[in-house]
Amino acid sequence: MDLRDTESDAAFRAELRAWLSEVLPGIPPPPPEHDFEARRVYDTAWQRTLFDAGYAGINWPIEGGGRGATPAEHLIFLEESERMGAPYVGVNFVGLLHGGPTLIAEGTPEQKAFHLPAILKGEHIWCQGFSEPSAGSDLASLRTKAVRDGDHYIISGQKIWTSFGHVADYCEMLVRTDPDAPKHKGITWLIMPMHLDGIDVRPLRTIHGSTEFCELFLDEVAVPVSNRVGDENDGWRVTNVTLSFERGTAFVSEMLQSMALVSHLASLAKRLDRWDDAGIRRELGHLSADLDALWALTKRNISLATRTGTIGLGGSVFKLHYAEMRHRLGDLAVRLLERASLSLNDVGDLASGRHIDGEIHSISVSIAAGTSQIQRNIIAERLLGLPREPAWTSS
Amino acid sequence: MDFELTTDQVDLKEGVRKLAEGRFPMERVRELEAVGGVDRALWQELADAGVFALRIPEGADGVGLGMAEAALVFEELGRSLVPGPLVATEVAAQLLPTAAWGAEVVGMLERSSYPLVVEHLSVIDRLLVLDNAGVWSVTPDQIEGTPLDRPTDPLTPVHLLASVPQGEQVGDAGAVERLRLEGTILTAAFLVGSAQAVTELAVEYVKGREQFGRPIGSFQAVKHILADMATRASVAQAAVYAAGVTLDDPEVGDPVRAASAAKVMAGDAAVRNAKGAIQVHGGMGFTWEVDAHLHLKRAWLLDTQFGSVDHHAEVLAHLL
Repeated sequence: MDLRDTESDAAFRAELRAWLSEVLPGIPPPPPEHDFEARRVYDTAWQRTLFDAGYAGINWPIEGGGRGATPAEHLIFLEESERMGAPYVGVNFVGLLHGGPTLIAEGTPEQKAFHLPAILKGEHIWCQGFSEPSAGSDLASLRTKAVRDGDHYIISGQKIWTSFGHVADYCEMLVRTDPDAPKHKGITWLIMPMHLDGIDVRPLRTIHGSTEFCELFLDEVAVPVSNRVGDENDGWRVTNVTLSFERGTAFVSEMLQSMALVSHLASLAKRLDRWDDAGIRRELGHLSADLDALWALTKRNISLATRTGTIGLGGSVFKLHYAEMRHRLGDLAVRLLERASLSLNDVGDLASGRHIDGEIHSISVSIAAGTSQIQRNIIAERLLGLPREPAWTSS
Repeated sequence: MDFELTTDQVDLKEGVRKLAEGRFPMERVRELEAVGGVDRALWQELADAGVFALRIPEGADGVGLGMAEAALVFEELGRSLVPGPLVATEVAAQLLPTAAWGAEVVGMLERSSYPLVVEHLSVIDRLLVLDNAGVWSVTPDQIEGTPLDRPTDPLTPVHLLASVPQGEQVGDAGAVERLRLEGTILTAAFLVGSAQAVTELAVEYVKGREQFGRPIGSFQAVKHILADMATRASVAQAAVYAAGVTLDDPEVGDPVRAASAAKVMAGDAAVRNAKGAIQVHGGMGFTWEVDAHLHLKRAWLLDTQFGSVDHHAEVLAHLL
């Protein structure tokens, strides 16, 4: 066990730091959180900057146009980017973390040649059409149907929780192509261009007040058969190629942000004369322990990935504990800030807004990317070998 | 960075697991209650295996390994819930060569403790008393203690002392700081092993126990308790390993911070997992027969050694 950068990791870190400190001062301030058109411009401009410097698709394989970085280099990239205040992956999230990696693994040569460079350069924004109003945790029960008509699939149905749907160019879609097959066997994975007729995008207002999520209403949308990834009815397997991808490093930037929030809360506690409150102090200390432990766990997961190519169930363990910790951090912020918690704005010169923002955000962490209840099922059944509950859904 | 165990570390861990499971099966551990938790022949076997000499340099007749390895060893001792002043003797061996190879069983006490309750008084050869000025050696015959005949942890007998003599100085202020830090990490490692052991105990039980015509481990209300236990043990284990590596190589972080994080996470995991194991055993969990209560009682005890969860949370708060 060793926590030191190797010589090549140290060189990578130094090179990245030098580049970030050169380029970050020229980056404009981020746009308002609710201005999605401006966010698209901002996030894709940063993606292009990364591309030009050779950092786009840091963990994508070289044959997919990525940098082919090791898991350790990927972690260094996320760590340094966060610590030095680089822009977040933002609207490029689905393309870089889901759509692109799926195409690399399962796409045709034509699909790869067209889409991968556009994702890496920030030219195409992707969104995700997986969940439906009646297919959440039980994703495989999805009902949006696709009927073959010559060289097109005609798609009708409804999708939900489609982040950045209103600014996306393409959607990774799961559709039901065989309604008579067992639920996992009748699903197909399609690339759906978002400009097609019959797509109605309606933003959903979250408890955050923002409209990051959308609903997609699909009325006889004609998607070319050449946009299918993998075989017809093999979409569930194609999906699982990348579902595990998200649980490895997707929360690293957030976790590092949480560490900064804990330090900042400590300084607020001192300013607000709450540092004498042992309850507040101990919870801050406990959260600091949780975060250091999660950072150590991340390094164990990354080391395992380096050795075996997969992090196994470490991602679920991380996600479950991270979500619990993040709720406690938000709760503490509200307790500590008292009446300064009554606005999402900074109150006076307290820089309190980010903590209330964080508390509201934290509520999504135990729901998005597999609820904590689903993570517990995964850990109990796959890690501990406990028997499954009987399935109550159709077949 | 490669934060997975090396082949040598895996071998060491497996070797200690075999030794602990072979020599300290739970029936034997329970029998040790009759001898105050320590059987000198078994103690000698631990010493012969290098448990107390692990971190002593090879040049000084030790094994020459680091805290990362010692943490793995103590994690395994914790899995088997081996009784006795193991951590105290291991850290004392850094100052007293006689403790390294089994000749002395060493207890430890913070001079500022109140009340002055001391563990294992009747089986130790020496008590090291810690205060901020240094480490002080006292022999049991210099101490008057009243046995408390119902120890909370049946495997750890305790005495109440009226006072503690000054003792003979065997370490300075720097040594005491070092001992406390090392003891914190090893105790955390032991607690992580216990947190894993109770998880496995509970998993086995809920796979076999049937109610409503099904193994109770198939019910989410039960399996989610187990998932939380496995998660706590795994997260705490990462913190403990990081503390071991950081003490060996302070360039990668702050050993004080890493040790406190380890003790907070491991102390919490051990107590909550033992309670979870008792809960899923139902009424059986409340019986003397099921081992989970012995883990819970040791976890409570170890929270009072080398700083409690609360103490280390305070340490971390002040580092923010």
